[in-house]
Amino acid sequence: MFDGYTSSELMSIFAMQGFAGLSLFSVFVLMALGLTIIFGQMGVINMAHGEFMILGAYTTYLTSGFFQSYLPGLFGGYFFIAMILAFLVCAALGALVEWLMIRHLYHRPLDTLLATWGLSLLMQQTYRSIFGAREVGVDLPEWMLGAFNVTDLVQLPINGLFVMIIALSIAVGLYLLMYRSGYGRKVRAVVQNRPMAEAVGINSAGIDRATFALGCGIAGVAGAAFTMIGSTGPSSGQAYIVDTFLVVVFGGAQSLIGTIVSAFGISQAQSTMEFFLSGSMAKVITLLVVVGILMLRPEGLMALKVRR
Amino acid sequence: MKTSSPMKWFASREGLYYLGLAVLLVIILPLILDRFRLELVGKYLTYAFVAVGLVMCWGKAGILSLGQGVFFGLGGYCMAMFLKLEASSPENTAIQSTPGIPDFMDWNQLTELPWFWVPFNSFSFTLLAVIGVPMLLAFIIGLAMFTRRVGGVYFAIITQAIAAILTILIIGQQGLTGGINGITNLTTLNGWSIRTDEAKVVLYFVCVGMLFLCLFVARFVQNGKLGRILVAMNAQETRVRFSGYDVAAFKIFVFCLAAAFAGIGGALFTLQVGFMSPSFIGIVASIEMVIFCALGGRLSILGAVYGALLVNAAKSGFSESFPELWPFAMGALFIGVVLAFPNGMAGLYQTYVIPLEDKIFRRAKAKAEPDAASPTADKSGDYDPMTDNYSPEKS
Amino acid sequence: MTTYKQSMKGGATGRWGLGKFKLLAASMVLAASANAATPPTAEVNTTGLAVTDDIVTVGILHSITGTMAISEIGSVQAEKLAIKQINESGGVLGRQIDFVQEDGASDWPTFAEKSRKLLRQDNVAAIFGAWTSASRKAVLPVMEQYNGMLYYPTFYEGLEQSPNVVYTGQEATQQILASLNWAAEEKGAKSFYLLGSDYIWPRTSNKIARKHIEDMLGLKVSGEEYYPLGHTQFNSVINKIKLRKPDVIFASVVGGSNVAFYKQMKAAGIDFTKEDPLLLTISVTEDEIRGIGGENVDGIYASMKYFQSLDNPNNKEFVAEFKKAYGDDMVIGDVTQAAYLGPWLWKAAVEKAGSFDIDKIREEFAGIEFKKAPEGYVRIHENHHLWSKTRIGQAQPDGQYKVVHETEELMEPDPFPEGYQ
Repeated sequence: MFDGYTSSELMSIFAMQGFAGLSLFSVFVLMALGLTIIFGQMGVINMAHGEFMILGAYTTYLTSGFFQSYLPGLFGGYFFIAMILAFLVCAALGALVEWLMIRHLYHRPLDTLLATWGLSLLMQQTYRSIFGAREVGVDLPEWMLGAFNVTDLVQLPINGLFVMIIALSIAVGLYLLMYRSGYGRKVRAVVQNRPMAEAVGINSAGIDRATFALGCGIAGVAGAAFTMIGSTGPSSGQAYIVDTFLVVVFGGAQSLIGTIVSAFGISQAQSTMEFFLSGSMAKVITLLVVVGILMLRPEGLMALKVRR
Repeated sequence: MKTSSPMKWFASREGLYYLGLAVLLVIILPLILDRFRLELVGKYLTYAFVAVGLVMCWGKAGILSLGQGVFFGLGGYCMAMFLKLEASSPENTAIQSTPGIPDFMDWNQLTELPWFWVPFNSFSFTLLAVIGVPMLLAFIIGLAMFTRRVGGVYFAIITQAIAAILTILIIGQQGLTGGINGITNLTTLNGWSIRTDEAKVVLYFVCVGMLFLCLFVARFVQNGKLGRILVAMNAQETRVRFSGYDVAAFKIFVFCLAAAFAGIGGALFTLQVGFMSPSFIGIVASIEMVIFCALGGRLSILGAVYGALLVNAAKSGFSESFPELWPFAMGALFIGVVLAFPNGMAGLYQTYVIPLEDKIFRRAKAKAEPDAASPTADKSGDYDPMTDNYSPEKS
Repeated sequence: MTTYKQSMKGGATGRWGLGKFKLLAASMVLAASANAATPPTAEVNTTGLAVTDDIVTVGILHSITGTMAISEIGSVQAEKLAIKQINESGGVLGRQIDFVQEDGASDWPTFAEKSRKLLRQDNVAAIFGAWTSASRKAVLPVMEQYNGMLYYPTFYEGLEQSPNVVYTGQEATQQILASLNWAAEEKGAKSFYLLGSDYIWPRTSNKIARKHIEDMLGLKVSGEEYYPLGHTQFNSVINKIKLRKPDVIFASVVGGSNVAFYKQMKAAGIDFTKEDPLLLTISVTEDEIRGIGGENVDGIYASMKYFQSLDNPNNKEFVAEFKKAYGDDMVIGDVTQAAYLGPWLWKAAVEKAGSFDIDKIREEFAGIEFKKAPEGYVRIHENHHLWSKTRIGQAQPDGQYKVVHETEELMEPDPFPEGYQ
């Protein structure tokens, strides 16, 4: 299958495929980071994660419309505002949900699964009622469309680069937050030994709420980023759920690094296989391999050793 | 706590509940509902199989499977394959390029039956497969997961992934499985038509019968030592392990049991509705099956049946009158059941109705058995419908 | 079986589309004025359908919740508009049409259940509904068992010909063959890359396409790929396309994947207006463009039988009426128009047969024409599909299509094409 291509073409094949893999990697990272924080901190799987992402996407849509109608001159920069808004809106909703629902269920992780699934149904139908069942198109500013022509054959799409930059910034920002800040110290303390953390005066309930809100906020930013590459409709969140969970679980749920490594592995495997096989088979084989590895090593790639 | 005789059991509280359900399903509903609605109830009852299985593996043993649709679908597909082969006899399919194979295979240019379809020409093999294939898959998954002590949320997510994988595989391989349309156009079972109204009524009663069979199997398991161990495992797994029991083996057993029930439900669904499609295998369908169990009361096998009936009846009702409200109602149901009444309707029943019953029941019991100290008397003590357990006899 | 009177106890409004009393009042007025044209019920309804001297009841069965709601809402709107227009022009056999609407909820067993309810409890004279092939397949046995008639609007893969369905959308050969010929002749295409979502419609369509390209046209297929429904990452296939450099990408991607695919194509720098490669799709209508964004599909070609921009008097009127009823920003795709045809074709058949009985209507189907169709003109074939023209349109940045090619003749529907199977 490599016949007919010159060696320079082959180089560009690999370069572009590598970029495609990196693109997929950053998408997975964005999707999974929000969930990892929540799962790692509280052992809560948020089945409504996809819907929070879509909330971020809808926020972007509304911001885009607002800028187009009232501030057309500033349209080029609206996306940054949209991302900030998406973060705030989703974080606020996350905090509310945590206060109303999640905090009653910490000792019952399986029940949070069900409760957040119910939440996702509510959110989906709310989107359908407010925005209609049809998907909405989000207009992008000019500078975000198109590609960089690195060479004649190698073209890097701008929005792919943009998603990568966002993913990288969030990952770095999160790392700094978790390992270099006071808040991060408290979070790690609560994860490792909640009673002891409370005994030294850390408000674990507040930390939980803040962490859940943070996770949801990141989901919102991810959703904003995805308006560039995906659809925005009431049930669009469902498309991301299974992949996100697998990335998180595969990486060892309480480890940020684990999530990143797992996202890298899965994305590279999938995009490489997609190139050689058809899309469906690549997906099935990737899923099977991940499930198989999980069966052999169920705690994921990098699990924290935590005394429970 | 063995009851001394079946007749005495029927007079006990638990027996009356079962009798009540039997009367409802066998006598009351067929009389008051028209044919169309009765067929719907038959369909809801097939979901009850899955719910009962979930009571065993989730309620008692704490294993939440979000992929029961996989087993339901596998049982359903086995039955569908048999029915489809019967409907694709060479006479019926004479206009195809290759007569004698199902229509969707013909469209996909297959010229002969794939190897894994061939055994489904036999009804006895199909019956075995309906229970066997789901159990085999459950066994493999259980063996891989439980021996490595994977449980809880991880296990749930992996069952979801398996549901997703199977859905993609089935939809993609449409030459082999009928793809996203599923296996449709099923007509006869061993020559007997399954489409006529009379057939639907017969199938309804068969379904009720099988359901009771499964209920009794579940009850037998739960009342025996096995049931006790499952409950103990749910509460304190390490202690059970230290007591010398092979926890993994028990978990695999109950997971396979739940899979078998789901498979039977799936097969009955195919018979009653007349087709099977991958939409039952997916994540959404599987999670819905959990809510039937949760609403009814995850610790009560009778509750699971009522839960399945009620949720599905509500779904049909809502979608006729207020279709846009149904997702809200269902979401609220999930959240409400989890937050407000985690033991479902059975729990509510336990809290509010049992005390009333007690007054009536104790008076009857005192009259009927004045000689409670005799060795042949019923030693079963008080029946707790929420957990299907008996509390110790009060002396 | 419940009689019509019993089933009418459902209440005056609620799930019945029009207020029953308003309807009776209107129909009384109309009936009084058109009394001479109203044949007695006993003559026109011998099979217990929901028909009275003033009203005939039909069913609408689409998904208004769930993932398919996005696509099916347009069909519901079209069918309701057609019914309203028929009522305003005097109804069918002098009777006003009332409808019962049920929600399939994007769930095939629910479609089967609701169709059974419509036929057995509500005794509707016709069902306008289903959208995906899976929903149609689920409903089909019910239609055949209880002898109902389904009017099915979506373009689909063919391979079916039921006496209880009228297919108002194109089947695969009508959509595909003419478009491939056009690509080869008008655009000089020599190589094709087939890309679709992974389920029966794209796979069957590509099978037909490949046969036509390789055997009939003697051209080359550079690749054939499928992605699962709901898949959103297309970078790999975009790379492959850039490398293989086909002349035409033949796309049958559906649903949310569409949005992701075109956005990512555009982001990868592929400009379809340059037609290198040219993209020819059978799955993107004006409805889908709303979700994708007109600027992302600028320059693609689509093969449909109807575009909102068709320039004929029927269509101008239709679009105006549709916008008046549902809003100025409405778009009308191919399936929506096909759904609009359903009630009109049913009315024509009923009036030709002089009866609502399904068996009598069926005998009259072949040859029934509808000259006021927004697509121009259609005729029912004896295989229950429609003779219609195939058109190629080029998507414009505003989300509409510009018609660039139209077959001279009506294309004959052929759901079981010889040589293509």
